Amino acid sequence: MTPQDHFLVVAPVAAGKEPALRALLHSMNAEPGMADPRNAVVPFALFERLHFARLMLLDDALQADLRAHGVEPKRLPTCLAFLGDCDGPADEVLVDLAERAGPGLARIFAHCEGFGEGTALLEWMRARKRRSAASFVNWVGRSVRQIREEAALHRALAARVPRRPLAAPGDAERVHRELATWVTGEVGAGRLALTPPTPTPLGWQLAKLANLVFVPLVGIVALPLLIVGTPLFVYLLRRHEERDPEVCPRPVAADLEALHELEDHDITNQYTAIGAVKPGVFRRWLLSVLLLLTSFVCRQIFTRGFLARVQTIHFAHWFFFDDKSRVVFVSNYDGSHQGYMDDFINKVGWGLNLLFSNGVGWPRTRWLVHGGSRIEQSFKYYQRRHQLPTQVWYKAYPGLALVELKRNHRVREGLEQGTMSDAQALVWLRLL
Amino acid sequence: MITTLPVELDDIQGLVRFGYKHHTEASFLLLRVSDRDAARRWLATVPVCTAETIEPPPETALQIALTGDGMRALGVADAIVDAFATDFVTGMAGDANRARRLGDVGANDPGQWQWGAGARMPHVVVLLYALPGKLAAFQRAIEAQCAACFERITCLTTSDLDGIEPFGFMDGISQPLVDWQRKRRAQDAERDEYTNLSCLGEYLLGYPNEYGGYTDRPLLDVDVVGSRLPRAEEAPERADLGRNGSYLVMRQMRQDVHGFWQFVDRCAAGNAAARDRIANAMVGRDRAGVPLVGPANETIEGGGVPGDLNAFTYRSDPHGVRCPLGAHIRRSNPRNADLPPGRPGIVSWAMRTLGFDAEALDQDLVASTRFHRLLRRGREYGVGVPLAQALAEPTASTETGLHFICLGANIARQFEFVQNAWAMGVHFDGLPNESDPLLGTHLPSADGRPTDGFSIPRDDGADERITGLPQFVTVVGGAYFFLPGIRALRFLATT
Repeated sequence: MTPQDHFLVVAPVAAGKEPALRALLHSMNAEPGMADPRNAVVPFALFERLHFARLMLLDDALQADLRAHGVEPKRLPTCLAFLGDCDGPADEVLVDLAERAGPGLARIFAHCEGFGEGTALLEWMRARKRRSAASFVNWVGRSVRQIREEAALHRALAARVPRRPLAAPGDAERVHRELATWVTGEVGAGRLALTPPTPTPLGWQLAKLANLVFVPLVGIVALPLLIVGTPLFVYLLRRHEERDPEVCPRPVAADLEALHELEDHDITNQYTAIGAVKPGVFRRWLLSVLLLLTSFVCRQIFTRGFLARVQTIHFAHWFFFDDKSRVVFVSNYDGSHQGYMDDFINKVGWGLNLLFSNGVGWPRTRWLVHGGSRIEQSFKYYQRRHQLPTQVWYKAYPGLALVELKRNHRVREGLEQGTMSDAQALVWLRLL
Repeated sequence: MITTLPVELDDIQGLVRFGYKHHTEASFLLLRVSDRDAARRWLATVPVCTAETIEPPPETALQIALTGDGMRALGVADAIVDAFATDFVTGMAGDANRARRLGDVGANDPGQWQWGAGARMPHVVVLLYALPGKLAAFQRAIEAQCAACFERITCLTTSDLDGIEPFGFMDGISQPLVDWQRKRRAQDAERDEYTNLSCLGEYLLGYPNEYGGYTDRPLLDVDVVGSRLPRAEEAPERADLGRNGSYLVMRQMRQDVHGFWQFVDRCAAGNAAARDRIANAMVGRDRAGVPLVGPANETIEGGGVPGDLNAFTYRSDPHGVRCPLGAHIRRSNPRNADLPPGRPGIVSWAMRTLGFDAEALDQDLVASTRFHRLLRRGREYGVGVPLAQALAEPTASTETGLHFICLGANIARQFEFVQNAWAMGVHFDGLPNESDPLLGTHLPSADGRPTDGFSIPRDDGADERITGLPQFVTVVGGAYFFLPGIRALRFLATT
């Protein structure tokens, strides 16, 4: 299988160039915020390993919230961020991007500090590339190509499957066999493609294995310390939870409108949020450890279509910024924003609290998992207020939702499984 | 510490508690303020029926709701209006994103509405209810009073179709049971069973909702307001303009009865039994209201008694073999709990909560129902079309449809969510790119794929799939109103 990777290139916008940059980014879109896949600046559609990509401006407006903690915020530059989720090593995609969309990317980055005439684009991007603190990939190994091929397969089979009762014993099994034979023929004739998975890179497997061993090992080694430290931790946690200020004012109507304009053009939507980490060593360490654990479980456990109960996130990343004083969270999710947030509250409110309660202003939590995001009104204001418009957003498979990707893959598995019992064949037929 | 105050029925408009079913006659006046002072005087004194029980029922009942524009036209300060929910302030036809989410595109485009957008945006709706034979005189009297202060956009008339909606199905069967006694403790707790009992705060502002929290609303300075408004429960030092009020969502939905039955008839190749089967599948009940999912014998908190038309969930039919997943009533009220079903015990609970129970995950595609309930108060309009006539060639019949009305304390989480994620959602419960068979626009999605199918699952083969569904229901008007408490209404008219 082809593991997924991501890149995030971040650079401060040069003084005075923000308006021009916004105009250029805007020119890449077909609908507000929705990239024209074949736009002249970065024709994303040419890059077949790219699942999602976005270009966005990260400002520091919410740094002012630090004053609630008595900390005077530093002025931070507005940055341009270029994020991509891709098949295979991100560096290879960056090389490809520099090669085939070089002039367009250079036009964009020319609005950033440190990029001028004659700057070597690829080196410049590499130097500004950062890795996430934690990343979730809905289905590790599912490539863009596979998604497209399986969607075509499902479409073809759905149009062909007999839609009548198959009452006689063996009927379903026979239909399954016939369809499988038909698909083989279509593949042979080049009308359908079912590219076999590529071998999983050994390096990737070893790294994953090392991670699987190393993180629990550190845990075991640190266990005595953790046990001894628990009372102190509990004391500090409760003290912080009781004293940390909430900053959940209602978002400004015009800001909300700017976000709305970009949403619901496709079944999938984008989300970008930014916020300051609560000042002090305790939260900084707690968040670091929790993101490390998140990264671990996303790598080892949540790799097959779900992040706890949430099944509507394609990709999500947490990035530390500015020496761990800020976090940027990005995701691609199915459905409307309202539905996404309700899903979050009702299905994984505890998980949100674990991580985001370390951010300045989060609604008050109890014991790290209770309260917080379940304080509906405060939470909904908070997450909207922390959201930033994503100026350009690209999705490689418009219209396709995760439930379909999962179903399409089951269809394929059912074909490749070979023989089936009648009961299994019935279940398979009902996927069509 | 929050003190739980008694529910002041005399400060709540009657529509929140009653459907006025004895009042079979009704009409809705959509008005714009023409003389601000006169309008304020009228609103300050007009008798409004409250939620108190009156025996025998009064001959007539009048209810009043206002839009955000209406409040501004009456001179209510922007700071007060803007403190209501953003969705209400922006309005149903207020932005393109909302139109995309609600399916108000194509034929439903607010630009083509008869009312609810632009200069035909009502400021006030006056809802008139009357016992048989009593409406005409009542309406004349009210219209005479209104003439001096309002300009009439239109009067929406209604018809008494005996509880049958224009397509011919029994309507209004399922309603949440509002917890007027406030029996349910105001706290945030997971519920592992579907419940039909619903917190008062889901429908009335100023009371705790299903999360145990309060919805945002204008809380005013007591020094300024004095005792004209009730106090906020969670902030007793503030006056609560929202308390005892509700948001009222109104949509005029024109129903193409000929189109519906003739389409179904074509799918059934003229066979009456097949026609009924397909139409019932689209609705999820038969025309008498009997749920397709089977004998309604479950015991549901606040959900009637075994044997009635509401004592059921879809737990026994997870794949939609008896009641299709995409049936209208299944989409509008999926009757699920906070967590998909599983074995009792903490291990199963933990597995389901963490997503490790694959079977549970497959049944976890629909949000918890209890956060998305609507208190429906709609009325039919136009002339009923008997089935035989609907099946015959269409004649130049008059328009018929539904004045859909629902009440809720959170427009975004209730009406908009149900409309967007459940009715218009093309992957509701994992369905293959199809929207509500009755309500959907059935327009191709952004990527060009059709959404005009309807799947009827069966347990002995691939789903039966009906394709080429035209649009049966067209939205021709709509707006978000605030149905204030009585004191809040008088305050708005005098502030």
